[in-house]
Amino acid sequence: MEFTIYIILVPMLLFFVLALGGRWLGPRTAGIIGTAGMGAAALLSYIAVYKYFFAGAGIGPDGNYLTVTGFNAQWLRLTDSLHIDMGVLLDPISVMMLAVVTTVSLMVHIYSFGYMKGERGFQRYYAFLSLFSFSMLGLVVATNIFQMYIFWELVGASSYLLIGFYYTRPAAVAASKKAFIVTRFADFGFLIGILILSYCTKTFDFGAITADNASLAVRTMEGSSFLGLSSATWAMLLIFMGGAGKSAMFPLHIWLPDAMEGPTPVSALIHAATMVVAGVYLVARMFPVYLFAAPQVLTVIGYVGAFTALFAAIIAMVQTDIKRVLAFSTISQIAYMMVALGVSGMGGHAGEGYTASMFHLFTHAFFKALLFLGAGAVIHAVHSNEMEHMGGLRKRMPVTHITFLVACLAIAGIPPLSGFFSKDEILSAAMEGDKVLFAVLWIVAGITAFYMFRLYFRIFWGRESETARHAHEAPAVMLVPLAVLALLTCVTGFIPFSRFISPDNAPYALGINWGVAGASIAIGIAGIALAAWLYMRDSERPQRIAARMGGFYKAAKRRLYIDDAWAFLTKNIIFRRICAPIAWFDRHVIDGTWCGIANVTQRTSEAIKGIQNGRVQAYALLFIISVLLITIITLFI
Amino acid sequence: MNILSLFVVIPLLVMLLLFVSSDRRYVRTVVTTGFSAVLLLAGALVVMFLRERSVSDEAMLFVKDTVWYPALNIHYTVGVDGISVAMIALSAVIAFTGIFSSWNMERNYFLWYSMLAIGVFGFFISIDMFAMFMFYEIALIPMFLLIGVWGTGPKEFAAMKLTLMLMAGSAFLLTGILAIYFTSGATTMNILEIARNGIPLGKQYWIFPITFVGFGVLGALFPFHTWSPDGHASAPTAVSMLHAGVLMKLGGYGCFRVAIFLMPQAAEELSWIFLILTGISVVYGALGAIAQTDLKYINAYSSVSHCGLVLFAILMLNRTAMTGAVLQMLSHGLMTALFFSLIGVIYGRTHTRDIREMGGLMKVMPFAAVCYVIAGFASLGLPGLSGFVAETTIFVGSFQHADLLRRILTIAAASSIVITAVYILRAVGKFLYGPVQNPAHLQLTDAAWYEKLSAVALIICIATIGLWPSGVSTLISDSLAPILEQLNLL
Repeated sequence: MEFTIYIILVPMLLFFVLALGGRWLGPRTAGIIGTAGMGAAALLSYIAVYKYFFAGAGIGPDGNYLTVTGFNAQWLRLTDSLHIDMGVLLDPISVMMLAVVTTVSLMVHIYSFGYMKGERGFQRYYAFLSLFSFSMLGLVVATNIFQMYIFWELVGASSYLLIGFYYTRPAAVAASKKAFIVTRFADFGFLIGILILSYCTKTFDFGAITADNASLAVRTMEGSSFLGLSSATWAMLLIFMGGAGKSAMFPLHIWLPDAMEGPTPVSALIHAATMVVAGVYLVARMFPVYLFAAPQVLTVIGYVGAFTALFAAIIAMVQTDIKRVLAFSTISQIAYMMVALGVSGMGGHAGEGYTASMFHLFTHAFFKALLFLGAGAVIHAVHSNEMEHMGGLRKRMPVTHITFLVACLAIAGIPPLSGFFSKDEILSAAMEGDKVLFAVLWIVAGITAFYMFRLYFRIFWGRESETARHAHEAPAVMLVPLAVLALLTCVTGFIPFSRFISPDNAPYALGINWGVAGASIAIGIAGIALAAWLYMRDSERPQRIAARMGGFYKAAKRRLYIDDAWAFLTKNIIFRRICAPIAWFDRHVIDGTWCGIANVTQRTSEAIKGIQNGRVQAYALLFIISVLLITIITLFI
Repeated sequence: MNILSLFVVIPLLVMLLLFVSSDRRYVRTVVTTGFSAVLLLAGALVVMFLRERSVSDEAMLFVKDTVWYPALNIHYTVGVDGISVAMIALSAVIAFTGIFSSWNMERNYFLWYSMLAIGVFGFFISIDMFAMFMFYEIALIPMFLLIGVWGTGPKEFAAMKLTLMLMAGSAFLLTGILAIYFTSGATTMNILEIARNGIPLGKQYWIFPITFVGFGVLGALFPFHTWSPDGHASAPTAVSMLHAGVLMKLGGYGCFRVAIFLMPQAAEELSWIFLILTGISVVYGALGAIAQTDLKYINAYSSVSHCGLVLFAILMLNRTAMTGAVLQMLSHGLMTALFFSLIGVIYGRTHTRDIREMGGLMKVMPFAAVCYVIAGFASLGLPGLSGFVAETTIFVGSFQHADLLRRILTIAAASSIVITAVYILRAVGKFLYGPVQNPAHLQLTDAAWYEKLSAVALIICIATIGLWPSGVSTLISDSLAPILEQLNLL
């Protein structure tokens, strides 16, 4: 499996070629090189999938999946036992992620040909896409936690660059800054978590930390505690903080909706399908450590996830910018995956949550990318993100309409689309794990169906707006990715995921829980019906309901004031009450002291320089007085 | 002649040749040739050092001892280990790129510039405290003139303040050096011999603090850092580069080579005081940078924070953290030089450094702007660039101490990665991105070839350390053996 290193190296090379040579290549060539390279990487990762899962390269003698190291080299030695390596780790989840990342990335590369046509900085855009793909692929195949942290930072930076792609627009600049700083704040926790974990276990290596039900971590981290929590709990909680930042969990979710300022294909790739699930992937990667060394943290993850799912779903119901709706929907769906991990156990059926989480990550990547790319096609046609500038587009954009509908049905959990299967698994895992979490997720499933179909009906049904009248279907280069993703959305649900992915890498059989499935289909249809009743035809009903909701509606529209709270904290507390006073203190108190010393010295010398006046009589007088004084002092003391 | 002495001789030759004529072409030819030679020599030194290292166990290589003033047993003794080689290479790169960032300067400027280089190189090659101190002073004097004559803004005030504060540091230092000389009983100024002899523990307790503070002033140790914002803001571009890039490293290097190497026991016992001070430097400098609006002030406070991290890591007194400290010196030297050279490019065209008066420069001067963003990424510790390697090594190394104070200070210092991101991105967002604010700026040209050369050379160095850190990291960490022996860690 040594060839897998090229899956990472190809995009890296592309980045350097496009970034340094983009100006000479011209937009068309640069785009073709970028897309072809990504196609090669995708092909290589399909070969990896085939070899790993089907050709026996990844299956051990006992039928369990193996952890294969495709490549590993020491990058930096830190202490006698700690060293950062760069490598390629292949196990079921990383191989699956390789396929997901390269597929969605390739689709986005193709789609961008149409979407970004004629934009200033076309080459720069493709260079950043390559940088992102490289970083994301490096992240998923990380052999050790520090490699993951390195690529974790790099995806953050490429996300920053791509959100701020339209750098002349102040909103995009602010959004990119916010995204970077919020996730950096979370990464600070991640870093400290790594430091604690590596101090105790003396290794960064995933294999060593998670082997044997994380026995190394359990053994080395027991006993020690700080502020009442064990060091394992601290470490894993802080590592989860990093994941929560990247995966936009409450209260660190604020950057994701703003990140929609970036070009829409970027939102599809980074802020829907790949980077934002890195947090889920991180928890899955460290899962044995969570389960055996810090089970309380897993409970925290479950509850944070459930709260975020509900919270984001509520906000998504009232947003009018279609990308914002999708952003909150992404937050909510990722939270679903987190809950699934939170309720999971180990071994056979108990590991259903883990399997379900990865399954949902897999299906969500395709249908959410599809939704974003569809939304991109709509935005491209009407030149606006606002719902009021759309409506009645189903006849003008038939392909976009059908594919968007497929994705909406999938996310609403309607069989036989992929979302149904993965969501059902999550719900049934939650049912067995924690009834409260199940109840929350079940309600969220209904809300999800409602807001997605609110979005669908308002874009494609209802009264046609002025701008919608001039809309045209997107060019073929944009429609092909939509069709491919729609096809994937239709078929991926039938993959028997538990045969491939489980927390202990032992395949097991998992059927559909029809009791839970019935309940989830029912609430999904109820949500769709409500949306249809309100939005399918133009009516006064939505306004009336909104008026009756009053304050709550306004609060939800304002994202429940969490952004305002953060803005208050950063602007009024940190900037005005801490940074500005420090700057003042430094200039006036500390520097003032030193300048004061200099001034006092100068004044003193001004004052006593009169003594050195050059007159011999004065010197003689001073001399005599001094001698007398000294004589008196020596005589009497 | 000993290869090390060439580092002093070449700049001296440049100085002498500059007296011949003040024709601009001639001056340029002389300084570029001279400092290219120094750069090549530094490259040669690295190669020769690596070759020699593999066959020799000596702590210092290329040692050359010349008696200078027999009455006081003062020698001119040169010698290098991996750390000094790294610092010499850094100085050579920055002195070289500095030429191109001050391309249009006159002869007299380059005279003092070369003298500054003599001081810097002389300091790094010396292993005799007297010679070290002399070169240190040689480096300080030209700074006063370079800022006072060719600076901008309240340049006389800034030059005076900088020189007085650094001279006050030297006063401490001189006391410390003399105290070491008289208490060690070795009647020599040679660092290695003094280390072999040892200094009585009782004396260490007061010599260590004054030596550390003496060097610390130059390393921007809180609360003795206030010369840095004014000094950097007023200094001409290449002087800021050399000053923040190299001269501030003299402080860290000196703390390391003299204060800790010669007084290890006191260092161990008193380190907590200075750890607190440097920990404050790190966070306080970064927070202070957020509130600044002048690009040079932002970088000056940023330097306080980053150089604070150097001293912080040195005081952690273990191999990993100390390696990180030297890496951080290299990394900070390179990126701060890059920052100042780019600020020079921007200020030379817009005539302002206030980020509120600029905007959208990415569109106007894309090359300079992209380089600035890269420098910013290096500063906020993005993997793939040098800052990340240094900070990672420091934090991992510092965290190996189990006591609560060091743990908490490490976490506090690590919080600077967030604060740094804030001030860097805030500045970048304000003056590079967004719409072009001042219509007059639309007419501005991008960086000229000599400015591009300077930036590209620095970026290559930053990226090389960032992508392949193991070479330089091993070079440094292998050279730490003598100091670790002193600390009884080997």
